[in-house]
Amino acid sequence: MTDTLTPVLTKNWDADRAWTLASYEQGGGYGALKKALKMAQDDVVTAVKDSGLRGRGGAGFPTGMKWGFIPQDNPNPKYLVVNADESEPGTCKDIPLMMASPHTLVEGVIISSYAIRANTAFIYVRGEVLHVIRRLQAAVEEAYKAGHLGKNIHGSGYDLDLIVHAGAGAYICGEETALLDSLEGRRGQPRLRPPFPAVAGLYASPTVINNVESIASVPSIIEHGADWFASMGTEKSKGYVIYSLSGHVKTPGQFEAPLGITLRELIDLGGGMREGHELKFWTPGGSSTPILTAEHLDIPLDYEAVGAAGSMLGTRALQIFDETTCVVRAVLRWTEFYKHESCGKCTPCREGTWWLVQTLNALEHGQGQESDLDLLLDQCENILGRSFCALGDGATSPITSSIEYFRDEYVAHLTHGGCPFDPAASTLFARTLGSTPGAGTDKGQVGVTA
Amino acid sequence: MSENTGIDEKTYGELREIADRYPHARSGLLPMLHLVQSAEGSVTPEGIEACAEILGISAAEVSGVATFYTMYKRRTVGDYHVGVCTNTLCAVMGGDQIFAELKDHLGVGNDETTEDGKITLEHVECNAACDFAPVVMVNWEFMDNQTPESAKQLVDDLRSGTEVSSTRGARLCTWREAERVLAGFPDGRADEGPAAGPASLVGLELARENGWKAPEK
Repeated sequence: MTDTLTPVLTKNWDADRAWTLASYEQGGGYGALKKALKMAQDDVVTAVKDSGLRGRGGAGFPTGMKWGFIPQDNPNPKYLVVNADESEPGTCKDIPLMMASPHTLVEGVIISSYAIRANTAFIYVRGEVLHVIRRLQAAVEEAYKAGHLGKNIHGSGYDLDLIVHAGAGAYICGEETALLDSLEGRRGQPRLRPPFPAVAGLYASPTVINNVESIASVPSIIEHGADWFASMGTEKSKGYVIYSLSGHVKTPGQFEAPLGITLRELIDLGGGMREGHELKFWTPGGSSTPILTAEHLDIPLDYEAVGAAGSMLGTRALQIFDETTCVVRAVLRWTEFYKHESCGKCTPCREGTWWLVQTLNALEHGQGQESDLDLLLDQCENILGRSFCALGDGATSPITSSIEYFRDEYVAHLTHGGCPFDPAASTLFARTLGSTPGAGTDKGQVGVTA
Repeated sequence: MSENTGIDEKTYGELREIADRYPHARSGLLPMLHLVQSAEGSVTPEGIEACAEILGISAAEVSGVATFYTMYKRRTVGDYHVGVCTNTLCAVMGGDQIFAELKDHLGVGNDETTEDGKITLEHVECNAACDFAPVVMVNWEFMDNQTPESAKQLVDDLRSGTEVSSTRGARLCTWREAERVLAGFPDGRADEGPAAGPASLVGLELARENGWKAPEK
């Protein structure tokens, strides 16, 4: 039986000057690199396959299998690209990881690049995180000086260059093929697949794109072994992950645990819901994953169980909302986000997200009619699965799921002639404003089902 | 060296330097545009011409890229870009109220700059700090757990020239200095600030208190 929390990636975040090479090496850092460089490259791929590591960026695709798709007989250079464009609303794990321990990622990049035989790697980090970029730049510079990067790394004959590349503000660049276009100096718009990046990715060459947390998990697998990693988690969801708890809990934060912990356990670890309030709805893995409610508190948070509950594990971005929150307001805001971030390439997403905002906005302000709910569902149906990438699909998730669980609350906006909630009651500083949280709302009359 | 672009020699040389970092020069375009902003205060027609010339592509192609990304600005940005997260989680936790009160306090609307040229206010999307909500970004540094009062104090301090540090980052530099770092020219401030903010350490501290850890090998 493994412990409730299992810090591996987060273990050194409280170390003195954790971001420096000296601190990282003092904790055993770069030991896995030296071990990996003595292994055959295929054995590194096999270890990652055997560990059961699945992509931590949301989709959950087996990482080792992705590496195995790289055609080694392709004469073009191979590339590793780290997706550090963490932008999915609610997701906040990669940024603290790169801030506190950038060398964990850099070591993972070197081992992973070695495994797929890439001699150039990139960390594509969103541009809006200045201090994280500083720490990454400094870590890469230190790694070059220490001989972990560059020519003939530690006498192995293996060469690797690593480039830290700052993006410029576009959610869509977290989508892997849009990220590649962006990294080629173009507008970040998704590509049609096939061909998949493993065959024709960056510069039309074989490319592996992995999330920060996936790559950062690789050194621990090499150091402790695939069996060790697979001893944590559930049957098909192996290993440890970072769960990010935010919103109306007493102590939001990062919790590293084996896959399969429940939200009830995590909220307990976070000190419970804020005083005097109860859970209303939550996202398991960012705003693109259908919302869930208090009836889902005991679902194991792994890929399979969350999927079976009608949502997706995504990035374990657990945004927690209590009964003071208007679900229509929350969903409208997410929808405005998707409309803003739609890259415009595919008509169903570009036009559809615009129409979703129009319809939802009217409902939130009590100006629609009940048949608008069916109109919304119809609009969603015309977006879902009809574009190159999943952005439009994600836009439909909060809408369809909130109508499923909170249809009465939508209707209440119409009977009330507007939003029946007091937004001040849901703020972090509700008490300091002198108002009693929940006071002034007639939430009791809107059939909140939490 | 360009005769025609109106970009100074040093910047032009650095733009070339960025392009040279990549296996294919055009990959440098995003950082190059960050450098243009650092040198010019916004993406100017001169900056676009210089990028186009160096990369051997048309100015229209560069403009097409520059207009796609929200961090690139066509109007001069103030010394401090203040971004208030109003995506759902932060909005609900107080971001909407912070943004409304800042607009009122500064007398500007979204994406506008105060008359003294100090502050450009903008609402931003999720900045990956949800466990520190509500979040305000200043020149893309984190200002965590804000209230309307703390945010108004923050902009007052910035306008009066008082030194301000990020809640988990460095002393705040100007927006143009920040853009230079994003272009790939480090400013030597990586060692400022803590490794992690309090929320980032909640799980780790609980694990230590309870003696929880990953299994031995």
